[in-house]
Amino acid sequence: MRKIPAPQALPESLPFWQAADQGRLLLKKCNACGRVHHYPRDICPFCLAEDTAWVDATGTGSVYSFSTMGKGEDAYTLAFVTLAEGVTVMSNLVDCDPARVAIGAAVRVVFKPSHSGHAVPMFTPVEAQE
Amino acid sequence: MSLNGKACIVGAYEHPTRLAENRSVLRLHADVAKGALADAGLAKDDIDGYFCAGDAPGLGTATVAEYLGLKLRHLDSTECGGSAPILHVAHAAEAIAAGRCNIALITLAGRPRAALAEAQARAAAAAADGRPAKAPLALKAPDPDAPELAFELPYGPATQNLYAMVAKRHMHEFGTTSEQLAWIKVAASQHAQHNPHALLRKPVTVEEVLASPLVSDPLRRLDCCVMSDGGGALIVTRPEIARELKRPQIVVRGTGEAQKHGMGGQVDLTYSAAAWSGPRAFAEAGITPADIQYASLYDSFTITVLMQLEDLGFCRKGEGGRFVADGNLISGQGRLPFNTDGGGLCSNHPANRGGVTKVIEAVRQLRGEAHPAVQVPGCAWALASGIGGALASRHTAATLILERL
Repeated sequence: MRKIPAPQALPESLPFWQAADQGRLLLKKCNACGRVHHYPRDICPFCLAEDTAWVDATGTGSVYSFSTMGKGEDAYTLAFVTLAEGVTVMSNLVDCDPARVAIGAAVRVVFKPSHSGHAVPMFTPVEAQE
Repeated sequence: MSLNGKACIVGAYEHPTRLAENRSVLRLHADVAKGALADAGLAKDDIDGYFCAGDAPGLGTATVAEYLGLKLRHLDSTECGGSAPILHVAHAAEAIAAGRCNIALITLAGRPRAALAEAQARAAAAAADGRPAKAPLALKAPDPDAPELAFELPYGPATQNLYAMVAKRHMHEFGTTSEQLAWIKVAASQHAQHNPHALLRKPVTVEEVLASPLVSDPLRRLDCCVMSDGGGALIVTRPEIARELKRPQIVVRGTGEAQKHGMGGQVDLTYSAAAWSGPRAFAEAGITPADIQYASLYDSFTITVLMQLEDLGFCRKGEGGRFVADGNLISGQGRLPFNTDGGGLCSNHPANRGGVTKVIEAVRQLRGEAHPAVQVPGCAWALASGIGGALASRHTAATLILERL
């Protein structure tokens, strides 16, 4: 299994990683323009308002694109996942055979321990859990 | 201010090496600078403007200026990845038009292949002595203060899998196939067989591309560019000076630059920043893609070429696969010969960034100095396009349109 590098948690994104440790996926929402953005910032990238707040994400979404690299134990699947909230996030597809995953597949968040750091949100096909 | 007609490229030189053992990065920059000066028929002290990007060592412009003994009154180290030298031509034209310099030098050079071999040798020697060995690293370490990286690095993005995600989405949206992408490598390899300096000179077939090992699905080894050392340099000056030099006049007609990134999570992998830089360049030049007779397209991967073909308007979005499979990129056969030196896919990708070689081959084509087997007859209009950074994440695009008078 590939070691997951620990995220470098800067102060303005620390709540995201603290929530991930508790199994919660947070997003940033701007109270001025109402839009959700990712990666999280103090300042809204759409309107530059400083009135942004953390919101809980549903943790569900669909695969936008993905690619598997590496062989055997070292293989891993990089992906973009479009969340129900409308943002597309970089992640990994895990706990599944990526050869059986297609673009558009429904996924939900799972949290994986990183190497000596915060937990990291990743995604798994909804079917794989049932 | 329109840059159309404000500057000419009068010197171009590509380093012949592909493996720079015992030759420093700075020495490579100096080699190509000397080569471009000789090509232009100019002397070192004629240079009063200098442009380089992050591949130049030390303090960039100042370090190179010290090594070469340059006396500059204009310097620019705009860093935007592999597209930098293409964008530097536009910035040089701008500086010349503003009267801030007369003769501008642009260099790009690097030795990632030799550096990797050296790191591997050190690691092997350390392992033989029972000492812990640091893994060889070909690329710069990431900047821990870049806030976006915390949301990327845990997931293992690499150049290969980022571009692969673009390819997979393109296939999903438009029905593009691996076989169609392979035609881009086939075209490059057809051209590379005539380039004695090319790393990969053997023409390949679509079947051979499809049979090469999977790197990051759906991209295979032969969908990727080579890793090489080397570099190149350009000299840009005002038209009045260009007319006095005994070189063909290659005029800057159109320039465009743009950048694209995660856009707050509004990710759309179906287009690149070239969709913005291209129209700007064509508008400035006052021509359309149909007027271009030769195109240098950044070819870090086959998918990179496909995206630029569509985004620059050489074919409609989604039709790139059909366009390349019809042989349109092959010189002497198709309607848009590309990368007639073999490009990054087969010849050279110095410093892990290929922008300068794109402009150099465009200049060769316009001067009629490309290899006779791949020279476009009567080539008067050429385009050079670069993508710096990585598709699927943050990247820049630079588009340059040149005319031979």
